[in-house]
Amino acid sequence: MAAPPKKATEAVPEKVHVWPYLVRLEFLCAIIVTVFLTVWSIVIDAPLEEAANPTKTPNPSKAPWYFLGLQDILVYFDPWFAGVVAPVLIIVGLMLIPYLDVNPKGNGYYTYTERKAAIWVYCFGFLVLWIALIIMGVFLRGPGWNLFMPWQYWDAHKVVALTNVDLPYALGFRSYNSQTIVGGIIIIGYFVVGTGIYMFMERKAMQSVGFLRMIIKIVLVLIMIGIVIKIVLRLGFNIKYVWVTPWFNI
Amino acid sequence: MGNKPPIPDMKELMESIKSGKIVDEVSKKVTESQVWTSSFRHGYADTPRNRVLQIASNVWLHLHPVKIHRHALRVKFTWCMGGITFLLFLSTVVTGVILMFYYRPVGEYAYFDMKYLQYDVPFGMVVRNMHRWAAHSMVITVWLHMFRVFLTGSYKPPREFNWVIGVFLVTFTLLLSFTGYLLPWDQLAMWAVTVGTNMARATPFLGSEGPFQEYVFGVSPRYDARSVLLGGSLVGPPALLRFYVLHCIFIPLVAGALMIVHFWRIRKDGGISGPL
Ligand code: HEM
Repeated sequence: MAAPPKKATEAVPEKVHVWPYLVRLEFLCAIIVTVFLTVWSIVIDAPLEEAANPTKTPNPSKAPWYFLGLQDILVYFDPWFAGVVAPVLIIVGLMLIPYLDVNPKGNGYYTYTERKAAIWVYCFGFLVLWIALIIMGVFLRGPGWNLFMPWQYWDAHKVVALTNVDLPYALGFRSYNSQTIVGGIIIIGYFVVGTGIYMFMERKAMQSVGFLRMIIKIVLVLIMIGIVIKIVLRLGFNIKYVWVTPWFNI
Repeated sequence: MGNKPPIPDMKELMESIKSGKIVDEVSKKVTESQVWTSSFRHGYADTPRNRVLQIASNVWLHLHPVKIHRHALRVKFTWCMGGITFLLFLSTVVTGVILMFYYRPVGEYAYFDMKYLQYDVPFGMVVRNMHRWAAHSMVITVWLHMFRVFLTGSYKPPREFNWVIGVFLVTFTLLLSFTGYLLPWDQLAMWAVTVGTNMARATPFLGSEGPFQEYVFGVSPRYDARSVLLGGSLVGPPALLRFYVLHCIFIPLVAGALMIVHFWRIRKDGGISGPL
């Protein structure tokens, strides 16, 4: 593995004493944060609604704000994916990052040009699929999990026409079995073709990066892109499922 | 019996008070006493030796190395987010212990203990606010910390392992926040947790409504991934108790232990990453 390039702007690393240089910085930072937290706590009270009542379901029922991205994915995916498989994939995927990204450049300094793909994938996942969906879930989702602009009245009886159909049906397949087969071909084909194209394009990197790494990397990225494709299919083309099987639907 | 302590001479005493010499004398007596020298093991004068001892002989500060690279001081590099996350964690520990004196995780009491805490306990409201806002802030700062670590590529060798520890930490931070969310036992709490834990019903194989559950013996709404979490088939008093124990004991202990490993590894990996 090649050593990361030395940055010309950085002088020879010079060591300084932690006491006082780091400790005073930490102390200052701690004072600022504590003052901020104290003022915030004096000015704004934590919410406490009426006592828990299992017979009175609020509409909408929202998860804590940090999970609203996942709750929003529920519009497009069944709970087994949005609530279980997606979180597990996020956690495992994050843990795998250091083992999948073998680009030695950009270790210990900010750079975009030396690791464009990595930055794009992470920023897309974090800023769009996680943060943007949370903002949407907190501010724009109202009764029935329908979209409301902040200035709109939350009409609990708002009716949104749901004329969603499954993708194989939209493509003209009418029998259950043929739909299952076509859906399977589309999903599996998506991963096989996507992986194939990536492996072909990056075939020169195969030697240095390794086969297993490349497969895991591209499958994870394809799942991420697939989530976006599914969102577009639902919002733009009223597609409910792509693949319907007796066990699960995607 | 022979050597009685000398009786202080009044005139001498007044003299030393007037001239201010008494301060030096007393401080010399105190700092040379056995109690002082056994507690504080070095002087405070700003010498290189004391700068080292200040860190190395202090159990709290010695998580730091004695010296670091100058670039590690740059706020523009670290955004201070790891440290702030840790500070916020400590704030929730302190305020949380105070809250525990007043709160009982029992269906009949929990909500009214919250009311009591807010309206009758001196500073109860502020303590509750600090606990909640620190917890919410911690979720945000830990995400920003992770974002910073990604952008600086600090997960690259030799710090892969510490990144993995970090992913456990962000998971536990969210779980801490989520389990705490139920404890006020109000409508917000109950239904947010209902929405959250309903997902577990859909766990493949182990959830009563998940894919492939029909192939696993014994999975039913009463016995599946969700009911293990809740201690029943709905968010009721057993769930409250379970979340309380997880929130106050299990998760903080595990997260705390992982933080210690995290800090230790930063040192073992050669300090904060930086341009070589
Ligand atoms: C409870 C949560 C956490 C605490 C209290 C914490 C604390 C810290 C602190 C104090 C530092 C020193 C540098 C800095 O402040 O940026 C640090 C560095 C680091 N953290 Fe965390 N952290 C937490 C979560 C995470 C997470 C979620 C990740 C990533 C997934 C992570 C990965 C790292 C790595 C790789 C370093 C070394 C950075 C470098 O060398 O530049 N930590 N952490």
